[in-house]
Amino acid sequence: MAEEASAELIASLRARAREVRQETIRAIYVAGSGHPGGSLSVADLLTALLFHELRSGPADAPNPDRDRLVLSKGHAAPALYAALAVHGEIPRSELLTLRQLGSRLQGHVDRTTLPYVEASTGGLGQGIGMAVGMALDARLAHRPSRVYAVLSDGECQAGPTWEALMAGGHYRLSNLVVLLDRNGLETDGPTEAILGIEPIAEKLRAFRYHTLEIDGHDFGQILAALADARRFADGPTAIVARTVKGKGVSFMEGQPSWHGRAPNRAEAEKALAELGAPGEVPPR
Amino acid sequence: MSAPGRTESLRDAYGQTLVELGAADPNLVVLDADLSGSTRTSLFGQRFPDRFFNVGVMEPTMMAIAAGLALGGRTVFASSFSVFAAGQAYNAVRQSIAYNRANVKIVATHGGLLVGADGGTHQMVEDLGLMRGLPGMTVIVPADAPTTRAAVRAVAARDGPAFVRLTRENLPVVTDGTFEVGKAPELRPGSDLTIVAVGALVARALEVADDLATVGLSVRVLDFASVKPFDEPALLRAARETGAILVLEEHSVLTGVGALVASTTSENVPVPVRRVGVPDVFGESGDPWALLDRYGMSKERIRNEAWELLRARGKVQ
Repeated sequence: MAEEASAELIASLRARAREVRQETIRAIYVAGSGHPGGSLSVADLLTALLFHELRSGPADAPNPDRDRLVLSKGHAAPALYAALAVHGEIPRSELLTLRQLGSRLQGHVDRTTLPYVEASTGGLGQGIGMAVGMALDARLAHRPSRVYAVLSDGECQAGPTWEALMAGGHYRLSNLVVLLDRNGLETDGPTEAILGIEPIAEKLRAFRYHTLEIDGHDFGQILAALADARRFADGPTAIVARTVKGKGVSFMEGQPSWHGRAPNRAEAEKALAELGAPGEVPPR
Repeated sequence: MSAPGRTESLRDAYGQTLVELGAADPNLVVLDADLSGSTRTSLFGQRFPDRFFNVGVMEPTMMAIAAGLALGGRTVFASSFSVFAAGQAYNAVRQSIAYNRANVKIVATHGGLLVGADGGTHQMVEDLGLMRGLPGMTVIVPADAPTTRAAVRAVAARDGPAFVRLTRENLPVVTDGTFEVGKAPELRPGSDLTIVAVGALVARALEVADDLATVGLSVRVLDFASVKPFDEPALLRAARETGAILVLEEHSVLTGVGALVASTTSENVPVPVRRVGVPDVFGESGDPWALLDRYGMSKERIRNEAWELLRARGKVQ
């Protein structure tokens, strides 16, 4: 590993990620539905991308040279919206419109309603394909854009995910970085009990990805992996980020039941207290 | 029975037009899924190898990659056989292209029964129903090579997703290549009956209309190349002025243009409508033109259906 991220930077990202988790819980609580587990597991990766890695990101939408973040696991929409709000792209108050009629904040991310979303996703296995297309486009146009695709691990059971990964490897897209939110759980239970995807790192290597395995909640490791990917010029990079589903809220951690349901008021209060925002549950 | 008259390849027309478009627009890119020889995108690939991506047998992901390329501002063409482009890839077309409003033009060759010998697995007779159900999707079915050239240019010039269905078989040249999205050219004027025809069956519609003209019957023929948006004024005018409509399409009668015509007229100008097309069955291997006859689209059947409508109108005994 190369340069180490400064302690100040890491502390700052940790603080931002905690805010992202707070906003995620508030938004899903008010919406009354949504996907807290996979939003909390991916919160640190999204924070690192938005607050550090993307050189010119979603706030710079008209700039064709901007970096692209594609949330292939579109159900983690609340975490992306929360990160955009904490980052300043959308008002925090708007987060409380999540999933409501007329809101820009669709249940799964929608580029046509919210310009900071690069690609509408939701059905799994397609965002990664769109990311490959974006990376090809940037290379063809000699643009410096880098494309970051964030995948779920359940998504790795879908054939089109591997079609797209195969294409990224075949075209040696060194401007493509795949981040796998390896939280180990899908809707109905553990991935390895339902349809095992391991050995996932070896599979990605076999698909010609420069593959790194990290703790997806350790900002030092996340930033080092992203820096490593930026230096790697011979093809795409895959970062297998081992994460905990529901990370940061003790009673959600590792529980498949929190894949796709909203907390009630008491649960939201408890979650926000654990996340350092006691008594800050909005009305619903 | 083979198609009469001078015939031309719609696929060649597509491939040649793609090369012309590619020469004029350096941002145009083309994708194919290992059928580039059959779809004729290989012509573009030979001329512009840097802008041609043969992604292999992965139609759903071809559509997602096409969308990703399009979101950067490019015009993107993606081709395969219709059973793969509309069927295998349906949800990728739906989400990555239509929902994202990506500027991707899907040109699907080998639509309908006229695929012939490959059989029912490859004879796509549900594609128009699937594609016209997608919000924002333009759907075009050229009847011949001249319309193919014009339609490919038209969808390239129009922002947003489009689906163009081509036929594998060479088809008789029946139009002068005048094509406009949303318009149904009147290929024959007439007042006793209207035949609304789609794609390969436009030629048969003209034959039947001309046959009936010899016995003094006046049959209007509309070329319904633009399935979506469709020419509602021309359709309703035909219903008012000719009092009956016969629809011919090489597609399932359940979800195709016949269903569209019947529902549109019944809501606005209710007149008798009869649908000639593929019944609710899969196809089978065989000579392409013999398949049309076998599955209810013979000239004789078309003439009989026309006769029934003319009788209902009191135009014949």
